[in-house]
Order: sequence, then structure tokens, then C-alpha cells
Amino acid sequence: MGKYLKTADSDWFKQRLIVVMYCVIAAFVVLICRLFYLQVIEGNEFRRLSENNCIRLQSIDPPRGLIYDRNRVLLVDNRPSFDLSIILKDAKPVDDTVEKLSGYIKVPADVLMSKIKKCKGISIYKPFLLKRDIGRDALAAIEAHKYDFPGIEINVRPRRHYINRQIAAHLIGYLSKINSDELKSGKYPACRSGDFIGKFGVEKAYGGYLRGKPGGRQVEVNATGQVVRILRTVDARPGHNIYLTIDLKLQQKAEELLEGVAGAVAAIDPATGEILALASSPSFDQNSFVNGMSHKEWHALVSNRFRPMENKAVQGEYPPASTYKIVTAIAGLEEGIITKDTRFYCPGHYKCGDRDFRCWKKVGHGNIDVVTSLAESCDVFFYQVGQKLGIDRLAWYAKACGLGSPTGINLDQETSGLIPTAAWKKRRTGIAWQRGETLSVAIGQGYNLVSPLQMLLLTSAVANGGIRYKPLILKTIETAEGKIISDDSLHTKREIAGKLPASRQTLAIVKKGLWEAVNGRKGTARIARIDGIAVSGKTGTAQVVGRQQDEDSDEEDRAYHLKPHAWFVAFAPSDEPKIAVAVIVEHGEHGSSTAAPIARELIRTYLSSSRVVE
Amino acid sequence: MFDRRLIRYFDWVLLGLTIIFGFLGLVILYSAVMAGDPGTQKILCIKQLIWYSVGLVLMVASFLFNYKMLERWAHAIYVICIMLLIVVLFFGSYAGGARRWLILGPVSIQPSEIVKIAVIIILARYYSKHANIGGLTLRELVMPLIFTLIPFALIVNQPDLGTAILIILIAGSMTVFVKIEKRSYIYITAFCFISVPLILFLLKGYQKQRILTFLNPDRDPLGAGYHIIQSKIAVGSGMISGKGFLQGTQNILAFLPEQHTDFIFSVLAEEWGFVGSLVMLLFFLMLVVRGLSIAYGCRDTFGAILAGGITILIFWQIVINIGMVMGLMPVVGVPLPFISYGGSSIITMMICIGILMNISMRRFMIE
Repeated sequence: MGKYLKTADSDWFKQRLIVVMYCVIAAFVVLICRLFYLQVIEGNEFRRLSENNCIRLQSIDPPRGLIYDRNRVLLVDNRPSFDLSIILKDAKPVDDTVEKLSGYIKVPADVLMSKIKKCKGISIYKPFLLKRDIGRDALAAIEAHKYDFPGIEINVRPRRHYINRQIAAHLIGYLSKINSDELKSGKYPACRSGDFIGKFGVEKAYGGYLRGKPGGRQVEVNATGQVVRILRTVDARPGHNIYLTIDLKLQQKAEELLEGVAGAVAAIDPATGEILALASSPSFDQNSFVNGMSHKEWHALVSNRFRPMENKAVQGEYPPASTYKIVTAIAGLEEGIITKDTRFYCPGHYKCGDRDFRCWKKVGHGNIDVVTSLAESCDVFFYQVGQKLGIDRLAWYAKACGLGSPTGINLDQETSGLIPTAAWKKRRTGIAWQRGETLSVAIGQGYNLVSPLQMLLLTSAVANGGIRYKPLILKTIETAEGKIISDDSLHTKREIAGKLPASRQTLAIVKKGLWEAVNGRKGTARIARIDGIAVSGKTGTAQVVGRQQDEDSDEEDRAYHLKPHAWFVAFAPSDEPKIAVAVIVEHGEHGSSTAAPIARELIRTYLSSSRVVE
Repeated sequence: MFDRRLIRYFDWVLLGLTIIFGFLGLVILYSAVMAGDPGTQKILCIKQLIWYSVGLVLMVASFLFNYKMLERWAHAIYVICIMLLIVVLFFGSYAGGARRWLILGPVSIQPSEIVKIAVIIILARYYSKHANIGGLTLRELVMPLIFTLIPFALIVNQPDLGTAILIILIAGSMTVFVKIEKRSYIYITAFCFISVPLILFLLKGYQKQRILTFLNPDRDPLGAGYHIIQSKIAVGSGMISGKGFLQGTQNILAFLPEQHTDFIFSVLAEEWGFVGSLVMLLFFLMLVVRGLSIAYGCRDTFGAILAGGITILIFWQIVINIGMVMGLMPVVGVPLPFISYGGSSIITMMICIGILMNISMRRFMIE
């Protein structure tokens, strides 16, 4: 320790300290010079700037990205909103100004004053928002009397506008003010309170791309708060534009067909997995979220018994009913339990244990093979196939067909549905699986639950020869200048999720059955026939059992809730499919009578439009 | 066994300066929190007063024992501080986009502040063993580099760029202060020339933008640039004699960002003008000069380097903070010693003073 300090060299060490001392003094001299420059030489100028307090910061909101359909038809844009703010310091006397203002914006003065008083701690130098979106008339009037309104500021902000009221509301989603939980979550680092964020659908899923980047201005204002000079500007960067895979015309048709019922329609291009339409009924008006709705309106929306806020195509869970026979047929054929020519006898019912299971056709189908069973939706045939397969083998096929797990569509709250197995039931209820339950499952009843989207993808895979594509809702994302953003996480490219567990022969048999269902003499879906277009499809009528009823629901309501759900899945043209469709009508009774016509009209609309024919 | 010389050699100048700073700090803080509502204003001032008191106790505690104990305990202190930093990284409370604070009951502490002292102590210990007239060789610089880079990396990750850079600056200045071999200088310079363009090349576009904005706040007129303009207006508008106590318009009207922490000097400059600011700067200069003279008077290498290092820490914080407020330096979150609001900063500074007093009052012991 102290190797050199006690020696003669300690002088040398002290030399270094003296150098440091000079450096320190030099640094302080620089600071003092700067201080002298700012306070003494430039002092007058800075004093003037500070007295006017004239340098303000104004933010410029970025226009949010636009949303188009697959044919570049605009679905969502922004319109200017004129927001009225007051800067209390400049607006003196505040009472007077507010009084005069209230006439123009048609809000009582005391309401405005209480709004101002309620917000304690606001800086009197910063604009305080009085009213959003005052409209062009009020804007013109206020601008004309600008000098009567010191400290009043009108900012033009882009505001979301959903062009087609209620169309594709569930897919597109909506914007709404960020709430305090979302602010705290850290997921929206760039957002401040009062900002709008996507809360649902594409607006939420691709919010990061749509948002853009805010800009701002440093401005010099005069004593009454009017801008006299813009010092610096940072332009806002508009958000990216989004092109969806949906076809507006088809979407409109789908929503029109669903008018008045609760249900969902989904359509897909079987060759790519692009969703062509995704409708859920009843719908809601997205603009009312942007404009802000009253508590009552909101309550009416969420308590509506037809659940308008749910995207039934993606979030809805229903028993697949007879549409599930596609899965049972594939499993039976693949496992060698049946062949194309295997026939079972259907007397109209089937005995299993001490229970009698009915076919929907009381008199029975007689001796029947798999193709005819699909076409005529014979229950007894599939009871026997199911019984021979057993629940777990059947469940394996259902899962391999994509049921029982989310499809991976990039939308919120997708349901996974439910494909029961023996182990699942044991775990869930503690009771062992009953043999009879397998029969219910084989015809799509029992514990089975699927979403319309899952059934659509299954149908699409049958149509295209067995490839399960991931559903796509996004065609491209482009910058405002039109440059395409390519990013694998965007899901814009065709993506294979898996293959159906079915050979080409099996699929050919199933397809034949689906074709017969529409075009055969006794097919259950003859109503879906279209002249000149070969349509294949499968109906389904899902029994609603054990549904809990509200105490106060009336007789009519109870009757409605006991009616079965109507299913129809279809694709067309049968040999070279261009579209697959899944339709569910809640409590629509028969798939053939309510769901099938919707699918038919949708297919007709899509295939008759010139774009597809060429 | 109390040695009376400890009292004879007690550094009354340092104590006087500390009390002056405490008094001035409270006065300026009282003004700086005027913009807020009266309730929080009172609470902040009382809290700061409590921090000063706690700081005084810790200052006394830091000079009661012989500072040579610090040499023996250097590694332990260092390891404990690093562990605190690691704890912050995982369990620290998240505020303003960074994880810097540890919540311990009613108080929250900022370990990155106290780490600065730990780094100085461990470097002082190392250099006191390795310093020589020829200067430090490259090999002898490896350990100090590791000692510095560990806390640097941890603090950058919080992220707290200001404190991280401060640690590099302190360690660098201490190293230059104890002298580096000429050959090592050449190597280091050459290394910098090669690595800096390489790092710039590897950085992504937005990272480069951030660094450029850091160096030139004018590039960000809505963020740092705006703060600097408002701060310069505040300082400049003070003119020669200032606007008077509690009369600073820039301050009261909340135009200043972080006016009670990082930008508190602008409040002083606005309200007390060139005269007041000059007095404050001269007090700070006195403190730094006093620190250096303690290093000068110390006859033990460890003590001398430790005193030098601590003085360098105080010096850099003053220069960076005031330089930033006047638009001479990048905008970094470095508090002004003794004046800025904040418990961890006050306590760290008081401990620094305590250690300086410790070295000063024991300077007779090697005779």
C-alpha cells in the first residue's frame, strides 16, 4: 500500500491532481460563460419569449390506415372531425367566452363550465377539450367570429368512419377510447388517455399497422393564443392501409340474407384459404363506438339476447349435427369399417343397449350405402359406423379434420370448440363414457361443439382434395404510398395447416355423397340446387338440449330457444370448387329449409359475378 | 481510544458547504414544486427534508469508521450493489418505461445511484495496488473494464442511459487520472477508431436515430428539443438579477419538464438570475476544489484515489446536469447533486461527503 506516495514520486502524483484542478476550473468557466451568454447577452430575447409564454406544442394525429376489400373497394376511411378546445389562460373572461360559445355548439353553458371545473389540475396553458366533432356549421360560425373567442382552439383530427353501416362489423371491428386498464397494461406505449384504439376484429389485430405515428408542431402564439408562427413541424406518419380478403358484394349479400335471424355465414376460396365473407347476425353500428355511446345504448347492445357483439362465425359454438357425418364417413372409410359398397339396413331406428336411437326418417331408409346415407342424411347408417369406430378413433379423425382446436384466424376470442373423448368425459364429469353416447357423437350431437369457421374449413378441405389451409383475412398491407409490407407474421400468404386424414378415394366417395345431397332425387339439400352450377353440400339440424332458460323468459322466447339450429355447408362448382360456404341459423329449425337457401344465394352471387367467371 | 486529532482535523468547510447546499436545495425545491397542487408540494418538500436528515445521519456514519475498512470491504460492497441491480432488473417496479426502483415498504430506492460509489471504491482499491509511474498496461486495465461494464450493462438494461454513461465517465476519468501507459493509449485509441464505425454499422436505423437525437436534441422538436428550448428560455429569462423567489413564470406555469428533478437548475436560474446561478456555481466549484485538495493532502494511495474518484463523480454530475439545462449537453437523466429532488440521489451525495470527510480527518494517520 502507498507504494509511491511516500517516495519522491508523490510530487508527480500531485502534479496530476493540479492538472485535474485546471480541467475542473476550465469546465466551470465554460458553464459560467454559457450562463452569461444566456442570461446577460441573450437575456432580453429569452425574457420576451418567457413573458409571452408563447412556445406551445401542438400534436398532429396521424390518419389511421384505410381498410379495403379484396377488389380495392374502400370499407373504412377517416373523415375530419373538428374538436373544440379552450385554453383557460387566454380565454379570459372564461365565463363570458363559454357563454357565447354554448350557443354555437348547442351545449348549455353550465354543462361546459361544470366540465371545466370538474377537471382539477389541468394546466391553464394547455388546451382542454370541450367538445369533439362540432360539425362544419358550428366550425364556420366560430371561425367567422374568431376574435370574439380568445383562447378557443379548433383542431382538425381524423376520425374513423365506417362507410357501410353494419357491414362486416365483426370482422373489421371498431375503434373506441383507450381505457385506463389498457393504458396501464403497457401494450400501447405510444397512446395517451383520450386516444382511440382498435378494440375488436381487424382494427385490433392489425392496430399496430393501422395506427401510424403522431407528429407535432412547435408554434409561437400571441397573447390571445392565436398561432403567429410555426417554428418546427414533425409530420404525422399515416398508418398502413389494409386490403382484406373479403368481397364487399358477397359480404353485403351474406348480411342481407341473414337479415332478421341470428346466425353466421362464412365463405372461403378453397384453393387459397382466403375468407371471402364473414358475417354474423345481428350486427352493430361501428360508428356509434367512435362517436361514443351512452351507457344505455351500450347496455342494450351487450344484453341483447341475440348477442350482436359476438362474432358467431368465429366465437360461436354449436353442435355440428349432420354436417359432422362427413367426419364419420371419412373415419369409417379410412379405418376399413365400411367401403363404398357396404350397406346397412335402416328401419328408422337403431337399438343400442336398452335405448332406441331414432333416424330422422321414421319409416327408415331401407338398405343404404355411404353415398346415399350422406345424401339422405341417414342416422342409422352412421350410428353403426360410429359404434364400430368407438369414440376415441372418431375423435382422432375429428381432430385431424381441424375440429376441436382454433383455426388460427387472426381474430380475437376464437373458440376451439369441443371434440369429446372417453378420457375427456372421465376427467370432466368423473363418469365413464357410455356406449350410447358414441352414437350421438357420430351424428354430430352429444358433446360435440364446433364453430361455423371450423366447419367451413373442413368443407373447403373436402372441396380442394384434402388440404386444410389456414384461414386468411388479409390480402396485403401497404404503406400510405403504396409500398407492400412483407412480413411473415402478417399471415397474407397461403399457409397449409394440415391435411385431411383421407385418401383420394375416400374423398371422392364423400364428395359424391355431398353432390347427391343437393342433386340426388331424394337428397336433403335439393333446395340448394342452382341451374348450371353443380353445388355439393350437407345439411344439419342441431338439436338444442339442456339449454338453461331464464326465469323471466316468456313462452314465446322459450319456444324459440327450443328450436334446433339449422346448418348448411356447401361448395361449388363441385368438380372445380371456387367457393365453400358454411351457414348457421340459430334456432332456424331445418338446415334444408333455412340455411341451405342462404348458401345457395351466396354461391349464385359469387359465381355469377363477372370477376370469377373470366 | 479516541484520538483528539480527529476533531482537530475535522473538515468544517465540507460540513458548511453541505449545510448550505441543503438549505439552498430546499428553497429552490419549494419554488420548483409551486406548479403542482399545494398538497403534493408540501409533501415533496417534507420528504426532501427527511432525505436530507437521513443523509446527514449516513454522512456521519460514513466518517466514523476508518476509511481503510472500505478497502478491505470493497469487493463485498461491490457484489452487494451488483446483486441489488440484478434484483431491480427482475423485481424492480416499472415506471415511466423503465425498471429502476426497488420498493421497500414506504420508500423506493434506486440502486443505480449507490452503485456509483461501489464502483469508485473497487476501482480505487485496484488502482492503489497497480498504479505506477509508468502508467497502467493493457493487461492491468482488464479488471477495471470488467468492474465497470457489469453495472453499465445492468443499468443500460433498466434502461437508464444517463446513469450508465455516468459510470463509464467516472471510471474513465479515474483511470486517466491514475495514468495509463503511452502504449496502452495508442491501443485504446486505435481500438476506438475501428470499433465505433463498426458499431454504427451494426446498429439498426432507429437506434442510430436515437443516438443522433441524444447528441442533438434539436432533431426531436416535440420531445427533448422542446424541453431544451423551454429550459433555455427559463434560464435566459432570469437575466442578471432573476425574476425573484416564486416568481419564475416558466417554472410556475409548468412549462419546464421535470422541474423538481433534472431541470431544477433552470428554476434557480430563472428566479435568481445570473447572480444567483453564479453563486451556486461557485459553491459547487468550492466543493470540487475542496474534494481535490483532500486527495492532494492524503498520503495514502487508496485514500487519494478514492477522494479523487468521489470528487470526479460530483464534478461530472454537476457539469452534465447544468450543461444539459443550458443546452450544452445531451438530455440525460442525471440529477444535480444536493439540489434535485430524490432520496437516492441525496443520500448518495451525503455518503460521498461523508467519505471525503473521513479521508480528510484521518490524513494525519500515516505520518
